[in-house]
Amino acid sequence: MNPSIGKGSMSTASSSVAWKAGDVVPDQFPAGLRVLVVDDDPTCLVILEKMLRTCLYEVTKCNRAEIALSLLRENKNGFDIVISDVHMPDMDGFKLLEHIGLEMDLPVIMMSADDGKNVVMKGVTHGACDYLIKPVRIEALKNIWQHVVRKRKNEWKDVEQSGSVEDGDRQQKPSEDVDYSSSANEGNWKSSKKRKDEEEDAEERDDTSTLKKPRVVWSVELHQQFVAAVNQLGIDKAVPKKILELMNVPGLTRENVASHLQKYRLYLRRLSGVSQHQSGLNNSFMSPQEAPFGPMSSLSGLDLQSLGVSCQLPAQSLATLQAAGLGRSTSKSGIQMPLVDQRNLFSFENPKLRFGEGQQQHLSNSKPINLLHGIPTTMEPKQLATLHQSAQSLGSLNMQVNAHGGQSSSLLMQMAQPQSRGQILNESTGSHVPRHPSSIGQPIMSNGIAGGVIGRNGISDNGRGTGYNQVPPTSSMLSFPMNHTTELTGNSFPLGSTPGISNVTSKGAFHEEVSSEMKGSTGLLPSYDIFNDLHQHKSQDWELQNVGLHFDASQNANPIQGNLEVSPSVLVHQGYSSSQRSGQNRNASSLGRGMFSGVDSTEQRNTQSGGQHLNNLLIDNSVRVKAERIPDASSQTTLFPEHFGQEDLMSALLKQQQGGIGPAETEFDFDGYSMDNIPV
Amino acid sequence: MERNQMHRQVSVMRQSLFDQGYLDEQFIQLEELQDDANPNFVEEVVTLYYRDSSRLILSIDQALERNPLDFNKLDTYMHQFKGSSTSIGAKKVKAECTQFREYCKVGNGEGCMRTFQQAKKEYTILKRKLEAYFQQARQSGPSETACRPRN
Repeated sequence: MNPSIGKGSMSTASSSVAWKAGDVVPDQFPAGLRVLVVDDDPTCLVILEKMLRTCLYEVTKCNRAEIALSLLRENKNGFDIVISDVHMPDMDGFKLLEHIGLEMDLPVIMMSADDGKNVVMKGVTHGACDYLIKPVRIEALKNIWQHVVRKRKNEWKDVEQSGSVEDGDRQQKPSEDVDYSSSANEGNWKSSKKRKDEEEDAEERDDTSTLKKPRVVWSVELHQQFVAAVNQLGIDKAVPKKILELMNVPGLTRENVASHLQKYRLYLRRLSGVSQHQSGLNNSFMSPQEAPFGPMSSLSGLDLQSLGVSCQLPAQSLATLQAAGLGRSTSKSGIQMPLVDQRNLFSFENPKLRFGEGQQQHLSNSKPINLLHGIPTTMEPKQLATLHQSAQSLGSLNMQVNAHGGQSSSLLMQMAQPQSRGQILNESTGSHVPRHPSSIGQPIMSNGIAGGVIGRNGISDNGRGTGYNQVPPTSSMLSFPMNHTTELTGNSFPLGSTPGISNVTSKGAFHEEVSSEMKGSTGLLPSYDIFNDLHQHKSQDWELQNVGLHFDASQNANPIQGNLEVSPSVLVHQGYSSSQRSGQNRNASSLGRGMFSGVDSTEQRNTQSGGQHLNNLLIDNSVRVKAERIPDASSQTTLFPEHFGQEDLMSALLKQQQGGIGPAETEFDFDGYSMDNIPV
Repeated sequence: MERNQMHRQVSVMRQSLFDQGYLDEQFIQLEELQDDANPNFVEEVVTLYYRDSSRLILSIDQALERNPLDFNKLDTYMHQFKGSSTSIGAKKVKAECTQFREYCKVGNGEGCMRTFQQAKKEYTILKRKLEAYFQQARQSGPSETACRPRN
């Protein structure tokens, strides 16, 4: 992708859309700016109207706030800016300001004869873009168009950033995305950019000549839906992805929700007097969670495709995994299975999240972190259970938790958490999970196949959901198991992939990259080579994935049982840390971040296991991944070419696996739990 | 010429309104908005002001008769009145309004009443003066109103 896309998106966007960069600013602009003036004082109203007309704006005057609101609601895109008096008999001007901000997202200028500092401050906190002191001079009105342009520019940025709405992420993401996006991403970016540009152009009007995007109008109903979703999630946990999912409004994008959420938070802050901006933090926080999920679910290699299954998978997968995990724990295959299961769990969930529906992806990602996902669906539930347990045992697999609380990202936990949808079974999975990692770890050692496997897993996972970064990572993960030992082979993908994959999947964003990367990695790279290769892959996802894989690998290296903990966390860390590092709160990135967090945590753990080196490796990777991830995360919003090639990858991986390991599923008794099908 | 004289007269009238502090810079803003499309814009706005604010004055009078005084309400009314007066450049009226609000803040009913009486007086004086001014300006011809003497 061209780097310009990310960063440049803004500029290009602005140049193309907005105002066409200066050189073309239509001479008319800002003439024709559609202004709505609200003031109960008729004298002022008339004077303002005349002044605005003199500025060549299109003026609509209104002496009551209620009327103004209905006017705005009726003509969703009928106005560019609103000027409102502060003191009005029927409604407080600030309240009107809030309504407009939440519902229509138009710039609002407050004015009043009152120039007291408190009142002006109130205007600022309520989100007014300017405050004019009466008597208003025409000179002051001449420049109000700047607020319109500024706002549009910011909105455009949001769009460009593919959903990273969080504050702070925005800026970084575009650039990051650009850097890391793989060709796949690039395609997405470009196309999305182009789309946007076209939209912008289409909407461009001579009068405004500013960026015009199709604006989502937040009607009362929509806003109520939004509020309901937020309340359901809890204001602190309300992340755009989840909100989007809950709202289930077609056509609504994560960016829309994110920006709206931001405003809503401002509004609440104002109400409660809390400092603003936490939301941004919270969001970021939330994102990490999701991130882990994404990668996690990446897939268990076995059925990466199954991962692609709807998001529901997680629940099911968890169950399967758990079951599998439980069942397996004893047998070596069992171990593998758990891994696989985990993967499946994760992968499924993640993929689901991701793929589920573009918007939902975020949500889903967070859920399934199941690393085990990859493994046969049937296994998932079991595995999940195992995973849970292991996660729990790990203490903090919660991917989500990790993200937020920085918990150990044990995969299990993560899985469990993401699974919230699916209700991760904690019990048995715990035991399983450990196993998986261990098994996975093993493969890593063996590499060759493992690498290949992992790659595959990753791919398959990716296939699933857009956010599935997993692919890359998982693939690496998979490889581990593969190489590693027969056990793994059995698990083959699922195992290998799950742990690593799941983590990876958290990346979500990577998903696109993964796919692309996966292709590259299909070759089973010998142990760490894979990682290296992965790292080298452009997308960050890979990095993350690798990291995740590493952990898994490391874990595998260690006693199987105990390893799980490590890996999950590793993975989780990876996801998280990556996201954290990037600073992007985006949900997508959170996945990656989650991964990192997992990594971090696991790192510690890994020390115990032999997989330490792996951990280190992973850590390194994670670091890398993080950086990379971030870009991906941001871009991910949509995502990843879904499945692209995942099926192919999956089959490729599977083939490999089978070659080396034989159907993992069978060994593990996955019960045919295919990752692919695991409904996240 | 009589015309010139009239013009001069209008000019003088106008200038004295500023000099005596009845009008401030805002009035000039209104004058600047007046153009061929709205040749009587200033007069229209002033008329609108007097019509609308009379209603407000009545409300304040009534509120001042209450016992005890509702200072919040008084302040709200006065805020509105002040806003309108400010927008047409009624300097003295605006000053009284500010004073009134000060008294409201400290709950000085007496001060409020006194100040309001003063405000009404200024309000009425200005009205008369402006009416005379506009009339003169209309009589002296468009050229007079069209030009915006900068003082």
